[in-house]
Amino acid sequence: MALTEILPGLVTVIPLISSIIIPIAGMINRLYSWHIVVAATFACFLISLFLLNSVLNYGTISYWFGGWQPPWGIEYVIDSFSGFVLVIMSFISFMIAISAGEYVKKQVGEERMVLFYTLYMLLVTGALGIVTTGDMFNLYIFLEIASLSGYALVAIGKKRAALVASYNYLILGTIGAVLVLLAIGFLYMVTGTLNMADLNTRLADLYHSRVVLVAFALFIIGFSIKFALFPLHAWLLGAHSEAPSVISSILAAVVLKVSAYAMIRVMFSVFSVEFSFDILPSAEILLALSSIAIIVGAVQTLAQTTLKRMLAYSSIGQMGYIVLGVALANQIALTGSLIHILNHAIMKGALFLIAGSIIYKTGIYNLSELKGLGKKMPLSMAAFTICGLSMIGVPLTAGFVSKWYIAVGSLDAGMWYFVPVLLISSLIGAVYFGRVIHNVYFAQEPEHERHKGQNTDIKTFKSKIRDEAPIGMLIPTLILAGLCIFFGIAASIPVSIAEKAANMLLMGGM
Amino acid sequence: MDIIQSAAPIYAIIVSLIAVAFIGISRRHPNVREFCTIAASVIKFSIVASMLPAILDGKVIEYTLLTVVPGLDISFKVDALGIFFALMASFLWIITSFYSIGYVRSLNEHAQTRYFICFALSLSSVLGIAFSANLFTLFIFYEALTLVTYPLVIHKQTPEAARKAKIYLTYLLGTSIAFQLSAIFITYYISGTLDFSNNGILSGTGSDALLIVIFILFMAGITKAAMMPLHAWLPAAMVAPTPVSALLHAVAVVKAGVFTVLKIVLHVFGIDLLSQLGIGTVFPYIAAFTIITASIIALTQDNLKLRLAYSTVSQLSYVILGATLLSQSAIIGSIMHMVLHAFGKITLFFTAGAIYVAAHKTKVSELNGIGRQMPFTMAAFTIGALSMIGIPPVGGFISKWYIGIGSIEAGQLIILAVIAVSTILNAWYFMPIVYAAFFKEPESEHHATPPTPHGGVGSESKIHEAPAFMVIPLLITAIGTLILFFAPSVFLDLAKMVVAAATGVN
Repeated sequence: MALTEILPGLVTVIPLISSIIIPIAGMINRLYSWHIVVAATFACFLISLFLLNSVLNYGTISYWFGGWQPPWGIEYVIDSFSGFVLVIMSFISFMIAISAGEYVKKQVGEERMVLFYTLYMLLVTGALGIVTTGDMFNLYIFLEIASLSGYALVAIGKKRAALVASYNYLILGTIGAVLVLLAIGFLYMVTGTLNMADLNTRLADLYHSRVVLVAFALFIIGFSIKFALFPLHAWLLGAHSEAPSVISSILAAVVLKVSAYAMIRVMFSVFSVEFSFDILPSAEILLALSSIAIIVGAVQTLAQTTLKRMLAYSSIGQMGYIVLGVALANQIALTGSLIHILNHAIMKGALFLIAGSIIYKTGIYNLSELKGLGKKMPLSMAAFTICGLSMIGVPLTAGFVSKWYIAVGSLDAGMWYFVPVLLISSLIGAVYFGRVIHNVYFAQEPEHERHKGQNTDIKTFKSKIRDEAPIGMLIPTLILAGLCIFFGIAASIPVSIAEKAANMLLMGGM
Repeated sequence: MDIIQSAAPIYAIIVSLIAVAFIGISRRHPNVREFCTIAASVIKFSIVASMLPAILDGKVIEYTLLTVVPGLDISFKVDALGIFFALMASFLWIITSFYSIGYVRSLNEHAQTRYFICFALSLSSVLGIAFSANLFTLFIFYEALTLVTYPLVIHKQTPEAARKAKIYLTYLLGTSIAFQLSAIFITYYISGTLDFSNNGILSGTGSDALLIVIFILFMAGITKAAMMPLHAWLPAAMVAPTPVSALLHAVAVVKAGVFTVLKIVLHVFGIDLLSQLGIGTVFPYIAAFTIITASIIALTQDNLKLRLAYSTVSQLSYVILGATLLSQSAIIGSIMHMVLHAFGKITLFFTAGAIYVAAHKTKVSELNGIGRQMPFTMAAFTIGALSMIGIPPVGGFISKWYIGIGSIEAGQLIILAVIAVSTILNAWYFMPIVYAAFFKEPESEHHATPPTPHGGVGSESKIHEAPAFMVIPLLITAIGTLILFFAPSVFLDLAKMVVAAATGVN
């Protein structure tokens, strides 16, 4: 299995090297930069699939960078949890990369294309690195690679507001990163190691040390900022709505998720389940915060008037689901949580891409202007409808499966009161997505536009005819929307993997 | 009990889904498109009917389509209750399809293709509900039915239609997600299964208080049954074209609601468990309250369709009343009422639509003398009204008879009085219409239609019926209402089988 052994390294090395090649290739032809991104993310996806397959069949894979033995060298570990997340993240990065081609050309501009793809590649490097590494300090480095390129990519948006959003994101993101770095420093201070597995064994004797307790708290807060857990979500709205849509998509689908991954990893693998939930009351705090996030996030989503802000805000509630499942800390709920990492990545990734297609084609941002788009962009809007139904959690879509598991998990934990929380959020989701879907298909166009004669206003005329997004943007959204249905029907495929991962995490495995 | 493994239920469901594709393709050729609808409805009915002999033999047809995750299957089971509902809905779809053609063409409606597509989709959902083998499958089709009927309710796309459609969606989707789904979660959690069973699946699984809470959650979550105070969506849905009101909001959607109630009563809780919980002494009164109140509201409505809608609210609660009385005859009556009310009420809605198409009248107060202009239509209306009131020899009598007997069996004589009062109220709000139509003089302003040489006996009463596409269907359903009184055997046998299975096995 010599090849398998170096593959965990390749997952991060390929995008990293690509990000160096891109500026060079971009000097020859700007379009090459896009080709490289698509090829690199596709390669990462294939490798991830292969890794996941061998993890499921032969068990955990570990790779020592440069042959240095852990705990001294940097170790990369692929187990069922990281394999599962890795496949999702690399797949979504691939899909978004395809979609970016047309979008970036028009919305970002040719002159900044090479810069854009270089940063995109770095962001992917960071995201995939977080998932593969088995070393705490290495995790911090990847977290920062992903975040820094994220800040820059948000700032690339055309409006001035993008700069403000990026600045907010930068400040809060850096605070989060500093807290994580401090926590890592504390752990290194008391244990003298940075390797996760090693930390896990050495920390077992130190669970009552103040330093360790503080380190744990810093980790939770730091990561919570990164994945926008209520009330640390202030940066998210601006960053996700002002960034170019493909970037909103990857921020929501990938960057948020890998930060959540890092927190889960720290809670279950670096520390132990007993420490995280029995010695410390972190479950109570996280349960409370996540249920508030779910409800408040949903309510605030209702108040948004532009499509991208609506999608951005709904992420807060959706991340709440993931944290809720984690904090319930039983097999069923944690499975639901892991499934939701997959489902939300697919749904929100697709929704932001569709928002991008709408902006690309019509320049519409406001929810109220979406009227009649069902006729104009039927396929995109069909995909939007499917993803919206999945976000609401309608049965036979992916969203239902994760809600089902989290709900049954909360009953299993004897905490029935989270079921109403889930259902209320579904209901509010039905209101805000229902409103959009209604507008798109059934709302009449404003009177003055309908009664205009045939000869006037080219915009009115255009809105009647079919004018779909370019094929390169359409295909990824259709694939993702198809997956919303596929994973809602054939849910046993991801569920069986997530169950394995949840089981491993609860057993305290690595 | 023999179990047959067969995909027939799937075929019955899928027929109209396939038809959707054909309807979509042939959207430029209305005749071909309508042929697809008719063909699909006939094939669907034939498939359902082909399953009938096996069911009457006491067999059950089962089929599992797929497993989403362990514990959540999409599977189908055709039993007596299911085939009862499916037969009724698929037969009436054929009739309604003809009627729809007449209606949308006479009025030159817009978005006709969307209309026929949604109609076909809703029939798939209805059969899905009828044949579902577990709560999960039922819930999926229940929600699907709401979603696919939404475009039909908002059909006119006016601000008013949009507002009403919002009420429709809010009530149906909101309560089913908030209450029905939570009930399903809890049911799964305490019993470990969602499969329907003749003895119920909940006995001995939780404390009485919890079980009562689950039952209330279910009842609050099945808003399609339009029990007060969650009935407001049904009058709102009257903004839809009349064939939609006829098939969906007198038959398919609302009957899906009471069908689900019956499923919950018989196959999730079981009669024994519910009587032990004391449901039989409380819920009939809530239903009785709805019966009386809705009838009184119906009295005050001048809009014909709204009056029919409130009458439907009232009549639906007969089914709930019968089901929750928990005595054998009452349940038979309750099941029978599904089909008898369906035939009667669809006739009434058909006539309302015919009056609108032929005379452009929507108000009860405008109907003076309309019987001379539209004798066939109003004769059918009279039969439908008699069935609502429950006078022999019209079908509606049979279910009232059984429910009445059932209330005596259950020792609830007050309920018997409620049925009597309701009968009077029904007569009160239907008979004046019949009287006005046949015996009152038309108002003078209707001289607009000039008398012709062939005018007939009366001065201005020329016979002016709706197109044959509309009149023949409504005559068929009116005659059906009569036939069901004299020959209810198939349906009655099925109803008795349902009750025998639910009580006899214990």
